[in-house]
Amino acid sequence: MLDDFMIRAALAGTGVALAAAPLGCFVVWRRMAYFGDATAHAAMLGVALSLVLSVSLLASVLVVALIMALLVSLLSDRGYTMDTLLGVMAHAALAFGLVAVSLVQVARLDLMSYLIGDILAVGRQDLMLIWGGALLVVLIIALRWSGLLISTLNPDLARASGVDPRREQLLLTLSLAVVVAVALKVVGVLLIAAFLIIPAAAARPFSRTPEGMAVLAAAVAIVSANGGLVIAWHFDTPAGPSMVSLAAVCFVLMTLAGLVCRRLGERHTRTT
Amino acid sequence: MSLLMLDAIGVVRNGNVILDDVSLELARGEIVTIVGPNGSGKSTLLRLIIGALAPSCGRVTRDEHLSIGYVPQRIQIDPTLPVTVGRFMALPHRRHQSDIEAALTSAGAGDLIKRQLSALSGGQLQKVLVARALLERPSLLVLDEANQGLDHRATAEFYRHIDRVRTELGCAVLMVSHELHVVMKASDRVICLNGTVCCQGRPERVAASPEWQSLFGIEERDAVAFYRHTEPGHAEPDQGEQAHDAQSHAGSGHEAPAAPQQERACRHAG
Repeated sequence: MLDDFMIRAALAGTGVALAAAPLGCFVVWRRMAYFGDATAHAAMLGVALSLVLSVSLLASVLVVALIMALLVSLLSDRGYTMDTLLGVMAHAALAFGLVAVSLVQVARLDLMSYLIGDILAVGRQDLMLIWGGALLVVLIIALRWSGLLISTLNPDLARASGVDPRREQLLLTLSLAVVVAVALKVVGVLLIAAFLIIPAAAARPFSRTPEGMAVLAAAVAIVSANGGLVIAWHFDTPAGPSMVSLAAVCFVLMTLAGLVCRRLGERHTRTT
Repeated sequence: MSLLMLDAIGVVRNGNVILDDVSLELARGEIVTIVGPNGSGKSTLLRLIIGALAPSCGRVTRDEHLSIGYVPQRIQIDPTLPVTVGRFMALPHRRHQSDIEAALTSAGAGDLIKRQLSALSGGQLQKVLVARALLERPSLLVLDEANQGLDHRATAEFYRHIDRVRTELGCAVLMVSHELHVVMKASDRVICLNGTVCCQGRPERVAASPEWQSLFGIEERDAVAFYRHTEPGHAEPDQGEQAHDAQSHAGSGHEAPAAPQQERACRHAG
């Protein structure tokens, strides 16, 4: 069954969606959107590194993404103005990565497949790595859920309750690097951050608890991943961007529906 | 032994000395208030005590059974994070629903349990934060300007609640306050802080000390002048009111040029 490339693609997309959605909620709650961008873009440097040293793509992307993520969280502790700094780092990482890749130009290189992903080319081994990484991230987040939440709400409250907010930050940083590494093949460096943020943002209007938001975000992400594949199949469009486009449509529809629901709710309370 | 002991603590950040040679001891069941001008290191001292900050020098000794309930000055809830009051109460440790309801009811916030945290007013959020801190059944309750944004009646109610809690739980209470007239009534001990401990002791003794006068005396004179200027026909308000208004008056800008002088006075006294 796993010989069918469409089934492998669907499984790969579902795996990435499952890990990216809950992590994406934290990215949204902690206002780390640019942080995700910088880490994802650094993956391009990882691609260049793996070509130069002929080591495993996954390993080198993981290492470079982790270094980038640690660097960024280190700088944020030093009180730099993060918005500008992250903007610089996110795009510099991408530019340097593209330059480095072009310097080690080899025949088998297809730049687009790294930029926007190549989910239809996912093999059995890739699939195992994607699900392994995704389950690891889901496990980390599930086990540390309460600690992560209280650190996100207020680091000092976390401290007073015996939770070290720096350790929680490190766990998120680590998870982000893993998600970037396994999502590279599925959505590509340009759109990984979108896969983190859009499902979480779409889920917000219909969520009353953080758990609810994570589950709903996962549902939106899985629907977008598989629906995007169907669209790509029917209209012969690139798979990664199709998935992200579908997620964006979900975001717009759910935000509008949320507004309408709230308006109706207000009218209801006013009349009764 | 004491719950908590600070021994010659110093905190230096970016080359600025924020706390210098601070020693203090907290015993079970006592209510201690830290007072001091803006920028005197009050919040830094509290963050040090809850373990959010390591001292640059000196030693912190905590009782091994010390558990801290912390109420921060203010918390910013990102509106993208949906969390109900009830869920917030059970973070990071799981709690029984009945305990959560009891704690909220005791803090006068029983009706808020299903509300979103980000939709609460300042006063409501304060009640929820106090209720959450008490849910941990702490041996030390730490409050950072917890009455900020509360009106006079709410403040009085707030301190009655804290006093009730102290009696019920037997916990020590350490708080920071700007409101001198309340400090006098509600504390067993007052610590006057301005980078270092200027003076400490029973409230009435501290109020009579020269160190206290040098920190707050000038501003009290300012307040009298202020009152005479704006309300010439009225009788002078009572002592407590004066002191309170002096402090808020000082907060609006007077203390900056006076700070070095005050610091010198503290160093000599300490």
